[in-house]
Amino acid sequence: MASTQASKRPEPAGRGAISFWRHRGARNIAIQAVFLVAVVAVIAYFYNNMIRGLNELGLTFGYRFLGLEAGFAISEGIAYQPSDSYARALLVGIVNTVKVTLAGIVAASLIGLVVGVASLSSNWLVRSLARVYVEVFRNVPLLLQLLFWYSAVILKLPPVRQSVEVFRSFFLNQRGLYLPRLIAGQGFSSWLWFAGLALVAGVAVYFGVRRRLKRLDRPGFPSLWALGTTLLIAALGWFLVPHPPLDVDPPVLQRFNFTGGMHLSPEFAAILLGLSVYTGAFIAEVVRGGIQAVDRGQSEAALALGLRPWAVMYLVVLPQALRVIVPPVTSQYLNLAKNSSLAVAIGYPELFNVGTTIMNQTGQTLPVFTLIMACYLSLSLITSAFMNWYNRKMRLDER
Amino acid sequence: MQTSPQGALPPSTRPRLAPASLGRWLKENLFNTWYNSLLTLVSLWFVWVAISSTARWAFATARWEVIPANLTPLLIGTYPRGQVWRIWTALLTVAFLAGATAGTAGGRGKRVAAWVAPLALASLLFPLRWPTRVMLGAAVALVAGGYWLFRGKRRLWPWLAGAWFFSFPWILFLMWGIEGSGAMPRVETSAWGGLALTLILAMVGIAASLPIGILLALGRRSSLPVISWCSTALIELVRGTPLVTILFMAHLMVPIFLPELRIDKVVRAMIGLTIFTSAYMAENVRGGLQGVPKGQYEAAMALGMSGPLTMLLVILPQALRAVIPSIVGQFISLFKDTSLVAIIGLLDLLGIARSVIANPRWLGLQAEVFLFAGLIYWLFSFTLSQSSRRIERALGLTKPS
Repeated sequence: MASTQASKRPEPAGRGAISFWRHRGARNIAIQAVFLVAVVAVIAYFYNNMIRGLNELGLTFGYRFLGLEAGFAISEGIAYQPSDSYARALLVGIVNTVKVTLAGIVAASLIGLVVGVASLSSNWLVRSLARVYVEVFRNVPLLLQLLFWYSAVILKLPPVRQSVEVFRSFFLNQRGLYLPRLIAGQGFSSWLWFAGLALVAGVAVYFGVRRRLKRLDRPGFPSLWALGTTLLIAALGWFLVPHPPLDVDPPVLQRFNFTGGMHLSPEFAAILLGLSVYTGAFIAEVVRGGIQAVDRGQSEAALALGLRPWAVMYLVVLPQALRVIVPPVTSQYLNLAKNSSLAVAIGYPELFNVGTTIMNQTGQTLPVFTLIMACYLSLSLITSAFMNWYNRKMRLDER
Repeated sequence: MQTSPQGALPPSTRPRLAPASLGRWLKENLFNTWYNSLLTLVSLWFVWVAISSTARWAFATARWEVIPANLTPLLIGTYPRGQVWRIWTALLTVAFLAGATAGTAGGRGKRVAAWVAPLALASLLFPLRWPTRVMLGAAVALVAGGYWLFRGKRRLWPWLAGAWFFSFPWILFLMWGIEGSGAMPRVETSAWGGLALTLILAMVGIAASLPIGILLALGRRSSLPVISWCSTALIELVRGTPLVTILFMAHLMVPIFLPELRIDKVVRAMIGLTIFTSAYMAENVRGGLQGVPKGQYEAAMALGMSGPLTMLLVILPQALRAVIPSIVGQFISLFKDTSLVAIIGLLDLLGIARSVIANPRWLGLQAEVFLFAGLIYWLFSFTLSQSSRRIERALGLTKPS
């Protein structure tokens, strides 16, 4: 295989005089042509075999099956009936994957941040607990952890009538977690006006404060001012509106099951727990490394200025550490998204799970695989686009 | 929360601390500020609750008899019992190499003993049969022997790396056997299982993906656009796809693509794992290639070496040396990832664990079985990650901290 360096050699003089295979330009083209032909030949061979196999089964290759009736039930997700099409079933899977991924990212980031900071604590016990957490959960396969949470913890919870209660509104049992839900009340539409006003005011305050700070050349937090304004107006509206804008809809135990409130299925709870605990351990290591990468002089200088230890952490060390932390954490998020496909082992209907069901029913293995891969790939591409944008934004502007 | 001071001064200039008393240590490390005292109390309460409830479960409720009853399948699956010596031989090979690696990497004897002693102790304490105990003892002896033979012989590490690489085909040969031979009959892969299968899948994945990964990395860096595009596309396609998808694909698509060859389940899983690992391996190798300074190419060119020769004799050896720690890291994550083959119905450690639970005789013992399997995974993975740090230091790739 020719390397990058080979092209830097000077072109031999008098190219007409040398034989064909000594001429690098021609040789390169020949190599690539042979390579391309070989790749195409292998793919064509595979494709041919596949088409022949499909024909023997009486199937034709293509994506036309997507419009057919799916005919299988999906246990949770957006509105869907077995009479809907395969495309709709796939969409349910995609939404479920996105749902568990987003929830997992939030939970894993929180765990990772807390444990990562804790593993640098001056408190020996806290530090050791954080180390034990990281070393235990990152060295055991995720699939095993998922199966453990699902079959050995969540399904072993008490039955519905003996649910574990917290504050008489959270109920944990083997059918999952029931929690109160906020629903729009009578005054919701009038409160929306206040909310809109609050948003506009917040944006205005943000740009106003930022301009003022820029003119005075002073540091400050325009986003905090904006957030404060927004929350203040929204809260004011809450009390001014005659009817409460939001009502609490608690889960209520009926004869056989709970009604009302929000319900997380045991499958969702297990996959969320497993993903966030596992990825949290990796993120904790990244956070720890990022904080350690900040020069000690920074925190010493901040301490010398009289900042309190927590202020040193949150105002000086963490903002600088973020620059180091974000790229590896993004790839952890990607891993989390990809790992959500392990939910197939416990029956949570995400993209891959729905995809395998469709494959079994239609026999269209390759088309379904390409669809699944396209979904995950676009997820990766979006994430890496974000990462590049962030890296550009956070690049140190050196004077 | 305060960050702990570490390594501010070189050890020689660090002031000698007064001999610490227990009270002083407690005050400095647990109760130095009011919030740290609070954190300590909360953590203590948490530790107490966690340990007491776990202990109550482990000693009163748990039915551990499921583990000894299924220990053999969990470790070796349905491998013919008369042929178990072949697995032992493989294990002894690995034990010797592990000891030798610890020796060349400059591990302290005490540390090696600390890893081996619990194993020896466990083999005496747990109700194992005597032949098993003898073999475990031999493994411990080989670790120690390898360690003493190779102690401090740092220059032998390239040979050792090669020996690790070639131990994989040797172990495969041992497991597989020879068709029609009396002493070592062929054992079909359908009989492979348990921890042995898990380890073999991880080894095959690494050994097969190393050459493919090198080729892909070279291809990605090639100046020929067609080759470079194809390599990049393949690498990114695989890295963007979950392993389960690739395993399923290998499981379902290989028979469709190659209907003439009857490739069995285990080999298909190996193909899937190899494709997956190759893409990551390629990125590791590419990192190593980028780390080789330009002067190396120029020097080789000045000596009149051709492009392929430069790559083979000058660049790759240096790049691969820098990549050894990430190969070990790859091995660890592959070792954990092999558990996914349980989803496509292979009986690796996790697969056997699931089938034990499915047995009505052991109904409802998920926690016991999964915890045991988790402990085995953890032991391997943790030991490997600790030793990979030492190897990294011994190769002079990171400064000792």
